[in-house]
Amino acid sequence: MKINVFVTPKKNVLDPQGAAVGHALDSLDFRGLRSTRIGKLVELEVDGADTPQFRSQLDRICRDLLSNPVIEDYRYEIVPA
Amino acid sequence: MTIAVLQFPGSNGDQDSFELFNSGLRLPTRYVWHKEKTLGPADLVVVPGGFAYGDYLRCGAIARFSPVMRAVQDYAAAGGLVFGICNGFQILCEAGLLPGALVRNASLEFRCLTCALKIESAGPAWNPARLGARIRLPISHGEGNFRIDEDGLARLEANRQVLLRYERNPNGSLGGIAGIRNERGNVFGMMPHPDRAFERFHASQDGLAAARAILAAQFPQFGEKSA
Repeated sequence: MKINVFVTPKKNVLDPQGAAVGHALDSLDFRGLRSTRIGKLVELEVDGADTPQFRSQLDRICRDLLSNPVIEDYRYEIVPA
Repeated sequence: MTIAVLQFPGSNGDQDSFELFNSGLRLPTRYVWHKEKTLGPADLVVVPGGFAYGDYLRCGAIARFSPVMRAVQDYAAAGGLVFGICNGFQILCEAGLLPGALVRNASLEFRCLTCALKIESAGPAWNPARLGARIRLPISHGEGNFRIDEDGLARLEANRQVLLRYERNPNGSLGGIAGIRNERGNVFGMMPHPDRAFERFHASQDGLAAARAILAAQFPQFGEKSA
């Protein structure tokens, strides 16, 4: 199966990259923009089944390595093979 | 007295740190490669600056899982003295040995300059009476913007864990924070580089006093005003 992990800066954490890109979008006359946040996409391909144990493992690697809970949130989607 | 300087793939301040303690303070100093599972004899462990593991994913995120970091965790838990400089500070935050995190500079620019830093009162050895009200140290980083939640910041201030603040904030750090210690007072981290401020040809020699003040947290002889 394929897992897409999305890591994004926490809502209350300053995202200077997002702000800079927001300014650039503004200069492209992109109107109505309220916010721009830049995060990461981590694509994993894993053999095995989507079980509760697997999900708890997945949460652990998201918390311990793929994201830093002090500054980032994560979510993932599991795409069956 | 032995100083242990860690080396990760991508460290570039390891030799600067080595020289600060070895030739600057004339202390026996040795390197410890990140693959080592034990630290060996060490009275201070220095986590040096650089770009460990290319700063992939996040600064310090991968280095924190190096075998030697488990030994550093045990060493710190037993009360051992640890000092992270720049990337080393980022690694200690990722490892949970220091609170908070360091993110991209607010300007999005890499900042490389000598900064005036206000010394905070953070302990018997680290305070303005010992170090003076301000020191000058160079910074050299793209991700030195210190972040922590409101409660965490309140705790840092209440416990007097802030070591120094930028007089002119170069990176957007909360409260202008440039360096902190843990609550117990045995783990220190800062973005500025004392390891690049001790030779006569450096822009400042204040790194020597800063390094001494950190050693003095456990070895009072370094707190004495001399040499």
